[in-house]
Amino acid sequence: MALSAQTGVAVAPGAPSSILDRISWSWLGLAPFMIFAILFLIAPTAILMIGAFQDSAGHFTLVNIQNLFQPSVLDAYWISIEISAASSLLGAAIGFLLAWAVVKGALPGWIRPTVLTFSGVASNFAGVPLAFAFLATLGRVGLVTILLRTFTGFDLYSTGFNILSFWGLTLTYLYFQIPLMVLILAPALDGLRTEWREACDSLGGTAWHYWRDIALPVLWPSVFGAALLLFANAFGAVATAYALTGSSLDIVPIVLYAQIRGDVLHDQNLGYALALGMIIITGVSNAGYIWLRGRAERGRA
Amino acid sequence: MKSSRLGAWVALAIGAIYFLVPLIGTFEFSLRMRRDQYSFDAYAIVFADPRFQATLGYSVMMAILTIIVGIALVVPTAYWIELRMPKARPLVEFITLLPLVIPAIVIVFGYLHLYNSSSFLPFTANERSTDVLLVCSYVTLSLPYMYRSVDTGLRAVDVRTLTEAAESLGAGWTTILFKVIFPNVRSGILSGAFLTFAVVVGEFTMASLLDRPAFGPYLQLVGANRAYEPSALAIIAFIVTWASMGLIQIFARAPKGATAAADRTT
Repeated sequence: MALSAQTGVAVAPGAPSSILDRISWSWLGLAPFMIFAILFLIAPTAILMIGAFQDSAGHFTLVNIQNLFQPSVLDAYWISIEISAASSLLGAAIGFLLAWAVVKGALPGWIRPTVLTFSGVASNFAGVPLAFAFLATLGRVGLVTILLRTFTGFDLYSTGFNILSFWGLTLTYLYFQIPLMVLILAPALDGLRTEWREACDSLGGTAWHYWRDIALPVLWPSVFGAALLLFANAFGAVATAYALTGSSLDIVPIVLYAQIRGDVLHDQNLGYALALGMIIITGVSNAGYIWLRGRAERGRA
Repeated sequence: MKSSRLGAWVALAIGAIYFLVPLIGTFEFSLRMRRDQYSFDAYAIVFADPRFQATLGYSVMMAILTIIVGIALVVPTAYWIELRMPKARPLVEFITLLPLVIPAIVIVFGYLHLYNSSSFLPFTANERSTDVLLVCSYVTLSLPYMYRSVDTGLRAVDVRTLTEAAESLGAGWTTILFKVIFPNVRSGILSGAFLTFAVVVGEFTMASLLDRPAFGPYLQLVGANRAYEPSALAIIAFIVTWASMGLIQIFARAPKGATAAADRTT
C-alpha cells in the first residue's frame, strides 16, 4: 500500500522540466489527502506489518508467523472464519431472497423504498446497541425466550441454544449482514431486464432455464462478491461480539482487543502477526469482492 | 407469476419478523424496570445519568468535528482530481476503500504503536491530542462513504465548465470552492455527513482503545453492569441511527437516497 502511494510520485523525475513543474504542482493539490492517508491509515498499518516480521529486539524473524499456528491462535482464527462464513452465507442467501422479493416480487410500490431505507438503518445499527437488542430478545429473560416458554412450554435454552454462543453471535450478525446484502444486490437485480424473462418465456423456456442460463450467469459475480464483502465485514467486527459475549467467545478481533489492552499473549510481536493475519483475510475477501464487482459491471454494460 | 408474488410476500413477512421482533423485544425489555407494571423508569434513569449526557455530548462533538475535517479533506481532493488529476483517481479511490479492508481494530493498534508517548508524534501523550487522533481515526473510518458521496455529486456536475466560468468572472479559489463547488455537491456532502454521524456517535473500538470517554464505551459499560438501561439505550441509539438515515433521504432525495447507503460499501 505504501508502494502504490509512491508510484505516482515516481512518474515525475523522468519527465521534461516544464511538464515536471506542472505535474508536481498538480500532485501538490493532493498533498493534504496523501499526508493524511499516510499518517492515519498507511503508516499505522505498515508498522504493524513490519512488526509482524520482527522479534522484540527489532531483528527480522518468521517466528511470529510460525507462532500464529499454535492451537489457541489457530482456534481463534478458525472460529472467526466459521462465524464470518456462516453469517455471510446466510446473510447473502436471505438477503438475496429479500432483495428479489422487493425488486422483482411485484409488491405494492411503497414496499421497496421502505425496505431500502430500513436496510440503510439496520446495516448501520451494529455495535454495542445491537448486542443489547439481541440480549433483550433472545437472552435468558428475553421477550422471545419468555413468550416461547409461557405459551408453548418450549425452553429455548434447554436445546443448548445460547445467545452468547456461535449461533447466537451469527444470528446477531445477520441483523446487519442481511440489510447490507439487500443494499448491494438491489441495483444488480434492477439490471435484470424484464425483457430477458419474456424472451425466455416466449422461446418456451421454463423458470429453470431462465435461472440457469440467464439470471444466475448475470447475477453470480454480484452475489458471490457481496458475500465476500459480508465475510470481511463480519471478520473485522469487534463491538457487537465484545458487548454480547464479553470474552467468552475467543474470536480473533476479541483476542486482538484483549492483546491491545493487556498483552494477553505475552508477546507484542505475536500481536502484530495476529493483526497481519486479519488484514490478509479481510484483504483477500475484499480483493475478491472488487474483482467480482468489476466482472458484474462489465457484464451489465 | 401468482406464485412468485406469494413467495415475495412470504420472504418479506419472514424478513419483517426477524427485523422487527428484536426491536419490539428490546423496547418491551426497556419498560420492565418496575416489577409489576410497564414504565419508562429505565429511560428516566438513563437521561438523568450525568455520564450519559457527558459521553453523548462528547461523541456528538467528535462526530461534528469528524464531519468538518472530513469535508475539508475530501471535497478539495475530489474536486482537484476531477479538475486536474483524473490520473490519480484510481489511486485515491483505492486509498479511500482501504478502511473497509483494514479492520478498525488493526488501525487503532497501529496508532497505539506509532503514536505512543515516546514516539516522534506523541498523539496519545495527553487528552487533547488523543482527541485529535480520535477525530482523525473517525475521518479515516468515514473516508469510504464520504469520498463516494462527494465524488458522485461532483461527477454529476460539469466541474471544469463551472470552474472556468467562475474564473472568467474573476473568482478566486476560495470563492470557487465555497460559492460554486460546495453548493453543487451539497446533497452528496450531507448524505456523507449523516452517515458519518450515525457511525461515529456509537463507535466503540477506537474510542475504547484510545481510552476516551465516548458514548460507545459508555454503552458497553452500562451493558456489563445494568439490566434494563441497556435496552433503553439501544432504543435511543436506534432512533439516532434512524434519524440520521431519514435526514439523508430528505436531503439526498430519491433515487440517490437509496444508493447513498449502498455506496458506502462499494
